[in-house]
Formats: sequence, structure tokens, C-alpha cells
Amino acid sequence: MSVYLDNAATTKPCPEAVAAVLDAVTENFGNPSSLHRAGLNAQLAVDRARKIIADSTGADSGEIYFTSGATESNNLALRGAMGAYGKRKHKIIISSVEHASVEETASALEKQGFEVVRVSPRDDGQFYAEDFLESCDGNTCIISMMLVNNETGHILPVGETFKSVKRRFPEVITHCDCVQGYMKIPVRAGSLCADMISLSGHKVHAVKGIGVLYIKKGVRVIPEVTGGRQEKGIRSGTESVPLISAFGSAVEKYAPTISERFEKVSGLKKYLLERLAEIDGITVNSPENASPYVVNVSAGGKRSEIMLHFLEQKEIYVSSGSACSKGQKSGVLEQFGIKGRNADSAIRISMTSETTENELDAFADALREGIEKIRG
Amino acid sequence: MKEIVLVKYGEMVLKGLNKRSFEDMLTKNIKRRIKSLGQFKITSAQSTTYITPFDDNMDLTEVVDRVGKIFGIAALCRACVCEKDFDDITEKSVEYLSDILSSAKTFKVNAKRSDKAFPMKSPEICMELGGILLEKFPNLTVDVKNPEVTVTVEIRDTNAYVHAENIKGAGGLPVGSSGKAMLLLSGGIDSPVAGYMMAKRGVHIAAIHYVSPPYTSDRAQLKVEQLCEKLTDYCGGIAFWCVPFTEIQEAIKDNCPEEYFTIIMRRLMMEIAQRIAEKDNCLALITGESVGQVASQTMAAISCTDAVCRIPVFRPLVGMDKTEIIEIARKIDTFETSVLPYEDCCTVFTPRHPKVRPALADIEKAQSKFDFEPLIQKAVENTEMKTFSYSK
Repeated sequence: MSVYLDNAATTKPCPEAVAAVLDAVTENFGNPSSLHRAGLNAQLAVDRARKIIADSTGADSGEIYFTSGATESNNLALRGAMGAYGKRKHKIIISSVEHASVEETASALEKQGFEVVRVSPRDDGQFYAEDFLESCDGNTCIISMMLVNNETGHILPVGETFKSVKRRFPEVITHCDCVQGYMKIPVRAGSLCADMISLSGHKVHAVKGIGVLYIKKGVRVIPEVTGGRQEKGIRSGTESVPLISAFGSAVEKYAPTISERFEKVSGLKKYLLERLAEIDGITVNSPENASPYVVNVSAGGKRSEIMLHFLEQKEIYVSSGSACSKGQKSGVLEQFGIKGRNADSAIRISMTSETTENELDAFADALREGIEKIRG
Repeated sequence: MKEIVLVKYGEMVLKGLNKRSFEDMLTKNIKRRIKSLGQFKITSAQSTTYITPFDDNMDLTEVVDRVGKIFGIAALCRACVCEKDFDDITEKSVEYLSDILSSAKTFKVNAKRSDKAFPMKSPEICMELGGILLEKFPNLTVDVKNPEVTVTVEIRDTNAYVHAENIKGAGGLPVGSSGKAMLLLSGGIDSPVAGYMMAKRGVHIAAIHYVSPPYTSDRAQLKVEQLCEKLTDYCGGIAFWCVPFTEIQEAIKDNCPEEYFTIIMRRLMMEIAQRIAEKDNCLALITGESVGQVASQTMAAISCTDAVCRIPVFRPLVGMDKTEIIEIARKIDTFETSVLPYEDCCTVFTPRHPKVRPALADIEKAQSKFDFEPLIQKAVENTEMKTFSYSK
């Protein structure tokens, strides 16, 4: 039996999502733009998913735009906003621990001549709203922050920051990458004070290839993909009805149980930390107030890639940082003050509410064995 | 109009009585390489191999592309088949070469009359055909010294052939004509190039790779398998031997001085390689070493490694710079795969300060502290083999 503890990389699609895909590829295969009934039925499936996702974020259906995934959503948010407002205002503010799809996009915009300010955590490893506010000025076009860090589970003070920014500079566009928070902690556009929110399907038991960008009514973005003016011209291209339906079905399933699952996973994290405390040489890198779904630990100074493959031999799957950057050293850990051997030996365990204590036992035992056996 | 491919031999034309066996080997290699493209008749005569497609309308671009990578061939060209009749030759030349001649400024005609029964002599053919082409293509002038296009007419046994483009072949000797050798394939830039270079000399390549899970990953092995597949374009089929090496590396780490890790590891790799080589009827080993490139490739280090070898070790890159090696790696399309960032067996437990000029006596002494033989035997027993044939 394999133990999958890499749910921050991707999750197993739930049966409801699989059924939705199947229906849309076998029965409801029309093009939502077609005028006949087959097209209408496909459009209704898309509308249904849009409504479910809108409700789950306290948004209006008209504010939900489907994309190919959160990477595209983040690109569209940053590039689209700079396209719309960047002529007058040149500054982009991001946190220093953003996912590559924000960080690299900001870097690309920087090369085009925009100014990018990266706000780092303080020595205690935490972010503070006033540090972001300090960087803000009349020249700031957009501020982008992730809600939950994908490598450590740190929860960033997004709502507080965006509120204080909006109070002083109401015209600044606020964007939040909520990929690792969505369906795990409450994500409400209103309480985050976010103009734009990026979401991903495959992190919430839907399937890969589907994402959402929430764009608050009245906020303008210049589209990156042009064509048949689907998604109100913001994202052209025939809607992927199977993937959109799957996303909707997964959210429909998981949205009502966010707080129950949070409690359960908090218990699992507590259990995991107890088990890990029995092992010599473990340092826990995730703070206590982090999202319980992600636990980052450094394991006895053993290089994380080797530990990962050691665990893999026992069919236990974890990550050695962000799976998107295979083999690359994580600059994010360093930002959080995790350096040297601790950074080299950092592994990420990411759970779901379906994770069991037995699985965590298997992991802890294997980790202990790995620390003993691995040379170097 | 029937088009065929003419294949001109490389240095094998210089061979004496055993030239025939080289020819047979080349024909076999060509057959195997283009089999998946359709049906062909492949015949040899007068130091030329004729590739004739059964289907008269077949596009020969892919054939030329594939055959261009087969060793033993100096040049190849697509040619139009004509009757051995001057009128037919003229008519077909005008039609077959119209694209290339109408866009050129200068040309000349070259004739080779190996069938002496043909009534016109070579200079006559050149003059007559040249005159007609000049008339048909007013854009052309004759330049016998440095023409843009050389139209060649070959009068051979059964037919005449007209062509205007000579494509350089891969050179070397037909793979298999020199016997078989075992290539130590790590996944880096150098070893695939070493394999390519030896295949060029007619060596049939088998490959051996060492895996050390969990220190190396499945992806690292997959990467080496992809390299093997890429090499098949040039080397033909490859037997790929994969050796489980973890226990040996851990034993080195536990029992030997750190500064000697790499050398001892390489000695053990060589030992295993020659045992597998024996199983697979290989007459030599091939490595991608280049003198002085890294600590384990200094002359002193190489002689320590070689001390365990009972069969020749070929190092075709021995005198090359990295930039020269990379150039070939790009040409044979292995570079991009080689630089994928996965840990391979050579970098596991790399000592911080390896011995640059190790003495054989010290190495042997250090290695003798532990009996590696049972682990070597176990590794050889558990070695798995896969075969790779042409990637397309």
C-alpha cells in the first residue's frame, strides 16, 4: 500500500470529479458556444461549476474566470493588471516567498521596466502587514501575496495587509494566490479584501489543467490569450467542460466541510509532530500557526533528495520542496530562515483529511530508518 | 520519374579481400535502419549501394536523413533513374533538376561512364548535356571551377543516374565490422559522445550503467535510457546493462578513506564492467574520460583505474576539450538530455578533496581493507539487461 503525503503537489481526484469528467467526455461533449441544445447543455455544466466556485469564495458568478491552471491565473493577474494600469503606475509589490508563477512573472515584468519590490519575513519568520504597507506608494499598481506558502505552510497576513493597503491607497490592485489555502482554510474575496484570487483545481481533488482567476467587478485586466472571446474576452479558447465540471464537483463536495477537515488535519499534524519528536535530529521548519496541511521538517542532515528516494522505495511519497522546481534549491526556505544543512535536508509532508495515523506511523518509522541508514 | 538513393562508401573501399564483409554489414545496417519507412530493394555494385523504393512516389527525405547517420558512408545522394539513352537522360535531367537549376546562376556537368559500351564518351556527355541545359535555363552560365550546382551523370551497368546534390555521409566504418565493446554510460555529457566515436570506427556498442537508489533516482536511470535510445540512430541496437550499485558504494563509504572514494569506485565499476563484457562478448571497454578533466581523470588516477582492467579500455575523448565534446554532443542530440539535473552514481559521496595523484599501492592497500568480492558477485548477478533499438 502506498502512502501519498505529497498533497501540496497534487491530490487524488475525488470520485465526483472523475464522474464529472466522464460525463462531459462521453455524454455532454458539446461546445458551450454552440447555439444548439448540445451547446446549451455544455454551457449549463460550466455555469453550474462557476456558481459553485463563486459561492465558495463569496464572489459573484460573473467574477469567476476559468483558466488552464493557477500558473496561468497568476500570469493573467499580474500581466493583465500591469497591462491595464501599468502606464501610470510602475510598481509591483510581492512577498519574497511567492510561488514561481508569481515570482518569475514579476521578474519578467521587471525586465520590461517595471519596479518590483519583494517584501521578506522578519527574523521571526513571520510577515507583517506594516512591512508591505511601508513599500506602498502612489506609484504602486498591484500587490500580490500568497495565502499559504506551499513549502512550509506559513499563513501570510493577507487580509490584514490588503485592508491596510486599500485604506491608504484604494487604487492599488490586490491579488492573492490562494492555491494552497483554498478548501483548507476559508477563502473569501471580501474578508481577504482581494481584487483578484488565483485557484487551482488539482490541489483540491479535481483534475490538472484547470484553474480560476477571480476578478472583482470593475477591475480591468488585459487578456493574455485572445481569440473567440470566451470568458467575456478575458480568456479566449473553448472552455474545457470536463475539467471545469470536475472542479465544480470537487468544490461542491469539499466546501461544506472546511472547518471539520481543518480540525481533523490539525489533529493529524499534532500526531505527526509527536511521532517526529521521538526521532533524533529532526527540526520542524513549519511554525505552529501554519496551515496544518503542510509540515516541513529537516531530517537529520540527510540530503532531502536521497531521503525522498529512500522513502519512495517504501512507496511513501513526500516532497523535497516545491515539486515544480525539481532538483533546484529552494530560496523560499532561506527566506524563512531555514539555511545550510537544514535547507538541504528539508522535506515536505502534505496531508489531506483522508490521511490516517497509520500512514503517518509508516512515514515516521521509515524516516527514522532513513536517518540511520543513509550515508553522507 | 523514379528516384533512388545512391550511397558511396567511405574508407571501406580501401579494404582488400574482406571488403565484401564490410559491404554486407553496411547493407544490413541500412536495411534495418529504413525498414520502418517502407519496402526497398538494396543492392551493391561498384563501391556503391543503391536504395530503390518499391513505391515510385515515396518521399526520400526521411530515408536520406536516416541513412546519413549510418557509419561507413562517405556520401549519399538522391538520383533520378534514366534509361541508358542520351535523349532520356536529357529529358529527365531537365525535369528532375528544374527546381535547383532555375534558382542557380552557375553550373557544370560532370559525367562518369563506367559502362564503356555507352556510345558517348564522358566529355561528350558533358558538352552535349551542358549545351541543352544552357538553352533550357537561360539564367545559367557555365563555371567549371566553382559552380553552384554540379550536375552529375553516371552511366552504370543497368541504368544511368542523374543527380545534383552530394550529401556528406557520417564517415567511419559500418557498425559491427570491428566487433563489440562495452560503454560505461553515466548520463553525463561525455560518455554518449565516446560511444558515438567508437561506433564510428565500426564498434558495436553495449552500454553499462550503475544505479544507487536511494542516492540516485528512477529519473536518472530513465535519462540514461533516453541517451541510449538517442545513440541508436548512430550505433544501431544497444544492449543496456543496469547494475545495482548501492551496497558497493555504501561499503566504500564505510570502509575506505574519503580521498580515495572515487578512484576505488571506478576500479570496482571497471571490474564489474569487464565481467559483464565477458558475458556479452565484448572485447573492450569504452569510457568518456578526458585527461585532466576531473580528479579521477588525471593520468595517475587513470593508471590506478586501469590496473584492474584485463581487456583494453578505449577512451576516444582522451585528448579533447570539453567544448569540443559538447559540440559533438549537440550534433548527435544528446546534450540536452545529458544536462538534465539528476544525481548520477558518479557524484554520490564525492569526496571534498579527492586525491589528484593517487599512488596505486596506496589505493590497493585502502581497497584491500574490505572484501568487495561478494558484493561484486552479487551486483553482477543482479544486473538487468534491456535492449534498445532505433528510436524511430
